[in-house]
Amino acid sequence: MSQSTEAAALSSLSVPFRPGGVADGSASLAMSEDIARATQPQIENSVLEARDFCLWYGEKQALKNISMEVPEKQITAFIGPSGCGKSTLLRSINRLNDLVPSVRVDGDILFEGESVFGAEVDTNLLRKRVGMVFQKSNPFPKSIYENVAYGCRIQGISHRTELDEIVERSLRSSALWDEVKDRLDDVATGLSGGQQQRLCIARAIAVEPEVILFDEPCSALDPIATAKIEELMKELRHQYTQVIVTHNMQQASRISDFTAFLYLGELIEYGPTKSVFINPIRQQTEDYITGRFG
Amino acid sequence: MHLSLLLLILGLLATVGFVLGRHRALGLVDKAAQLRSLPGYYGAYVLLWCALPSLLVLCLWLALDSGFVDRLLMSDLPAAVQQLPEEELALYIRDVKNLATGNVVSGQAGRELQLGADRYQGLLRTNLVSRSLVVLGLAVLGLFLGWRSIDLRLKAMNRVEAAAKWILMAGSTLAVFTTLGIILSLIFEAGRFFRLVPMGEFLFGLRWSPQLALRADQVGSSGSFGAVPLFAGTLLITVIAMLVAVPVGLLSAIYLAEYAGPRFRTFAKPLLEILAGVPTVVYGFFAALTVAPTLRRFGEGLGLEVASESALAAGAVMGIMIIPYVSSLSDDVISAVPRGLREASLGMGATQAETIRRVVFPAALPGIVGGILLAVSRAIGETMIVVMAAGLAANLTANPLEAVTTVTVQIVTLLVGDQEFDSAKTLAAFALGLMLFLVTLVLNVVALVVVRKYREQYE
Ligand SMILES: Nc1ncnc2c1ncn2[C@@H]1O[C@H](COP(=O)(O)OP(=O)(O)O)[C@@H](O)[C@H]1O
Ligand SMILES: [Mg+2]
Repeated sequence: MSQSTEAAALSSLSVPFRPGGVADGSASLAMSEDIARATQPQIENSVLEARDFCLWYGEKQALKNISMEVPEKQITAFIGPSGCGKSTLLRSINRLNDLVPSVRVDGDILFEGESVFGAEVDTNLLRKRVGMVFQKSNPFPKSIYENVAYGCRIQGISHRTELDEIVERSLRSSALWDEVKDRLDDVATGLSGGQQQRLCIARAIAVEPEVILFDEPCSALDPIATAKIEELMKELRHQYTQVIVTHNMQQASRISDFTAFLYLGELIEYGPTKSVFINPIRQQTEDYITGRFG
Repeated sequence: MHLSLLLLILGLLATVGFVLGRHRALGLVDKAAQLRSLPGYYGAYVLLWCALPSLLVLCLWLALDSGFVDRLLMSDLPAAVQQLPEEELALYIRDVKNLATGNVVSGQAGRELQLGADRYQGLLRTNLVSRSLVVLGLAVLGLFLGWRSIDLRLKAMNRVEAAAKWILMAGSTLAVFTTLGIILSLIFEAGRFFRLVPMGEFLFGLRWSPQLALRADQVGSSGSFGAVPLFAGTLLITVIAMLVAVPVGLLSAIYLAEYAGPRFRTFAKPLLEILAGVPTVVYGFFAALTVAPTLRRFGEGLGLEVASESALAAGAVMGIMIIPYVSSLSDDVISAVPRGLREASLGMGATQAETIRRVVFPAALPGIVGGILLAVSRAIGETMIVVMAAGLAANLTANPLEAVTTVTVQIVTLLVGDQEFDSAKTLAAFALGLMLFLVTLVLNVVALVVVRKYREQYE
């Protein structure tokens, strides 16, 4: 999915790979160029790609013709006002939206070049490769150890030494090891909110996914715990492709490499975080990040 | 004045009070809106003044008057009669009362007796008249006081609401005290039983045959009150019931909570709960007339000896009855497991079955255990099914194909028919009842604590 790497200035010609998309239909040429420029940054190695992706909850369309690529081993942020479809888009990637009975999709999402919606796709395998951390920390009511070991256990790993190693490695990389190494057998729900969230990250990385999706991971945390999570995400940057949904624009600007702004189910603007925040192309983006609405 | 007439007049007075109070309040102002409270509250205020004190006094009067009249009657009897031993005196007084009310008298109605009866009639009449006078007088007085105290400063609404609060509280207190009374009488009567039969013999004795002699000189007359066979029978039937109810209930709960679509759920869940609403006597004859003979025939086919009233039949049918206790509560508990936990597990690539087995079920387990304990306590206390299907023979056995009896069945048989109220046989029922009460109480408390703990976990 790598795109032309020409460093040429963004021109309408540098986005040749999108046959359809938002620009089709009756929109004027100027408008479509504007949108194209606003939504198609240069991505070197894309891991995930949405192509004209639409999603409906029953009659209600929650995502409209989303087309974008997510770069490998970078942090991509989805921002936008509540209800604009950030979580929906994120949960489409690992097909967690399948749990909602009324969901219908159109278009496609590719993970390493293959559709995640294909008939032959094993969703369990997909979710092993695409981990997720949720808005509300949700450790299982088991011990800290068993929480981290969970993913391995369902993959049939039950060797104690092997598990010990994985648990320690995951807790170390989620910067939780020093805090919990003496009480691995305590119930995880006794940890503080920030620790619980880092435990959820440890649980996600224990199975060595390729992508980690974060759905507002800090929205219930205090600033110190938030800072720790952000620190952690930065440290993990070069091992995993990370996608984070956030409400908090400072957070997006602090940690992400690329930022996508969604509004009412549409992708309004997508580009390198710096240019989105400092020099947004579209008016709506500017209004949102300057706090005029949302 | 007859009681019902008195009550009718009280009701009328109260209504009059309501109308007068309302009227007076409205007369104080030009427009109803100028009053502090709605006019009806002033009416209700007077009504309460009129009815509450008089009703309270009436209740007290009704509770105390017969004892008081008896005391008066007694003090008027000739000295010779008053010297009689207690039992003869009681008989004498009964005769007096019977004569006075025109009933048959034991023996000859002598002059003395006739005098006593006249005196008694006089007392009764005085009692009725003074009762009516006092109660109606109070009602009128209350009406007047209430009516007079109405002025613009009166916060009628607050007063009426306060009174309503007290009345509600009295209702709930009454319920609590009734329960306490039942418990106390259980303890008290059981205590009398344990004076006749040592507690050790009752709790650990292996033979239960509560037949007492009708005459003191009858041979082989001492009953034996070892309750172990009853406890064992109860336990056996409960275990069989739970063996039926827990697996079926749990499986259906898991299916309903995790797999069933909303449409299936909306009609299957009430349908399951209907099982709990079927009258137990229906289960009883189902067990006795359908299940037991079927089991017997089936057992015969296998060459097994099956009693016509087997523990298995009663236990199995009871198990069916308590399926909804297990399934409904477990379903609620499983559904209450936060969605986040399921998503976390599914998001890690676990299948739905793995998620249920490794996350949802363990998370719901405390609540499920609580539900099962409640079901056990229900099974232990269940009476009708076992009366009809489990039999009366107090066998000490663990064989589900034999007839056993339970604590509840024995309580029923001890108390059915004529009995002396202070024989060990009758009192044994209270001792059994107390045991039953204690066991189910403990089970319920433990179950509630477990469920509460579980709820807190997911606040
Ligand atoms: N399970 C669902 N069923 C129906 N509508 C939903 C569901 N989840 C989300 N939606 C709707 O889809 C839209 C996008 O929701 P969401 O993706 O959660 O927004 P965001 O995460 O950006 O706040 C909202 O209008 C929301 O009401
Ligand atoms: Mg969201």
